[in-house]
Amino acid sequence: MDRIIAQLPRFFSERNLILLLESAGLTLAMTALGCLIGFFLALVLVYLRKTPGLWALPLRLVCVAYVEVFRRIPFLVIVYLVLFFIQTVIRDASLFTVAVIAICLYATAYTAEIIRAGLESVPQQQIDAATAMNLGRFRTTLWVVLPQSMPVIVPPSVAFAVGFIKDTALVSQVGVFELTFRGKELNNQGFSAVLVFGTIAFVYFLMSWPLSLYGQYLETRLAAPRSQRRPRKIRQS
Amino acid sequence: MPHLEVSDVRARYGSLEVLSGVSFTVDRGEVVALVGPSGSGKSTVLRLLVGLLPPSGGTVRVAGEPVDYRRAAMVRAVRDRMAIVFQQYNLFQNMDVLKNVTLAPVRIKGRDRREVEDLARRLLDRVGLGDKLHAYPDELSGGQQQRVAIARALAMQPEILLLDEVTSALDPELVNEVLEVIRDLAREGMTMILVSHEMAFVREIADRVVMMDKGSVVEEGPPAEILDNPRTARARDFFGKILRH
Ligand SMILES: Nc1ncnc2c1ncn2[C@@H]1O[C@H](COP(=O)(O)OP(=O)(O)OP(=O)(O)O)[C@@H](O)[C@H]1O
Ligand SMILES: [Mg+2]
Repeated sequence: MDRIIAQLPRFFSERNLILLLESAGLTLAMTALGCLIGFFLALVLVYLRKTPGLWALPLRLVCVAYVEVFRRIPFLVIVYLVLFFIQTVIRDASLFTVAVIAICLYATAYTAEIIRAGLESVPQQQIDAATAMNLGRFRTTLWVVLPQSMPVIVPPSVAFAVGFIKDTALVSQVGVFELTFRGKELNNQGFSAVLVFGTIAFVYFLMSWPLSLYGQYLETRLAAPRSQRRPRKIRQS
Repeated sequence: MPHLEVSDVRARYGSLEVLSGVSFTVDRGEVVALVGPSGSGKSTVLRLLVGLLPPSGGTVRVAGEPVDYRRAAMVRAVRDRMAIVFQQYNLFQNMDVLKNVTLAPVRIKGRDRREVEDLARRLLDRVGLGDKLHAYPDELSGGQQQRVAIARALAMQPEILLLDEVTSALDPELVNEVLEVIRDLAREGMTMILVSHEMAFVREIADRVVMMDKGSVVEEGPPAEILDNPRTARARDFFGKILRH
């Protein structure tokens, strides 16, 4: 304990704080970027997965296989796979790129299931009405189904992304200078492990907690009937 | 040549045959009422016509042209000429009333937005909803939603209008309003198929009545004939029950 207290001023030096902030930012950036791109890729994947017709059977199978396989591989394994695969293609790919791609691959598979459940929650009658008006599958999905399934899709997707903030710690294994990696470095410099990882744990908490609250807020907001979601101003009597 | 000709049409949900050889015709400007007990396949006929359920046999002709429901382009062309008001209204829950009514004419038919919005306002006024342009379906009563659905179908300016129980959720006062609209349309020469349980209304507005039971047509004829002097025992039984109420 005395040792920790003695180390405090030196540990919370300006340089270390900046280092921690930077790496926290990097963690957030990787997660946000990976999960966001993953979300859009998942939308595409789910849309392709629902392509009707016999000719699209191989396409559907590939989509199903992707989701089923990637959800069953440990994230760390995906990170290594991406690392080695990327390096055979692009020699000087940055580790940040590797991390984002790995998160992306993983997030796509997970959010695809969330999105699929969301789209399927919209009653068939809504699709029938759109189809009878000649809307077509793409526009029906974009204008009718997707907007109505957002309350079902957004909260778990945000929860997934927020939960993933901590899981990105695994990319420190390949040497991305994210939060956990910096922690190990500081620990190696002789700082007490309790101090270092206690601080790191606290920073992870600080990053996740407000976002979780925001996710919960979104959930209640989206669950409200659409008419009550409008700003009061433009509401007609 | 009839505007619409349905001959020996069959359809199934999985292994359940719900239409087993339905035939009837609708002339241009004619109003045909489709009646029959619950589950007899009236809604299914309408769904089939707009290509929501592929026929498993028989032919549908629109203006003499046989429709191949397996060909997407042909189905699109047919949908372009028809509009349907669903029994459950099926308004888009994520759009306000005006958007519900204008979406397809503007975005699909490519008509001028201003013109369509004017038309939409007039139609909504006509069904007594001129003050609800920006309400969402979940803020409207069943009867109001039903009337929006009618306005939405009319905004498509169809040649053939398919109406499925459009007065089921309306109170007597509103029934008259909506019936007035339908009467006007009939007078303007719109071809219509209307599914209804309201025999008084059917009697007044329909040129011809087609009675269905268990997926096929039992009897058809002018309202006076079929409602008052049904030839078949099945029709006598059905109208006997329904008219006694
Ligand atoms: N989506 C569906 N899946 C399976 N069977 C269905 C489906 N929709 C309708 N059916 C069946 O098809 C038959 C005809 O139904 P339909 O809705 O056409 O009857 P209807 O004459 O419109 O009845 P109602 O007067 O009650 O509206 C019924 O036996 C019904 O159970
Ligand atoms: Mg019905």
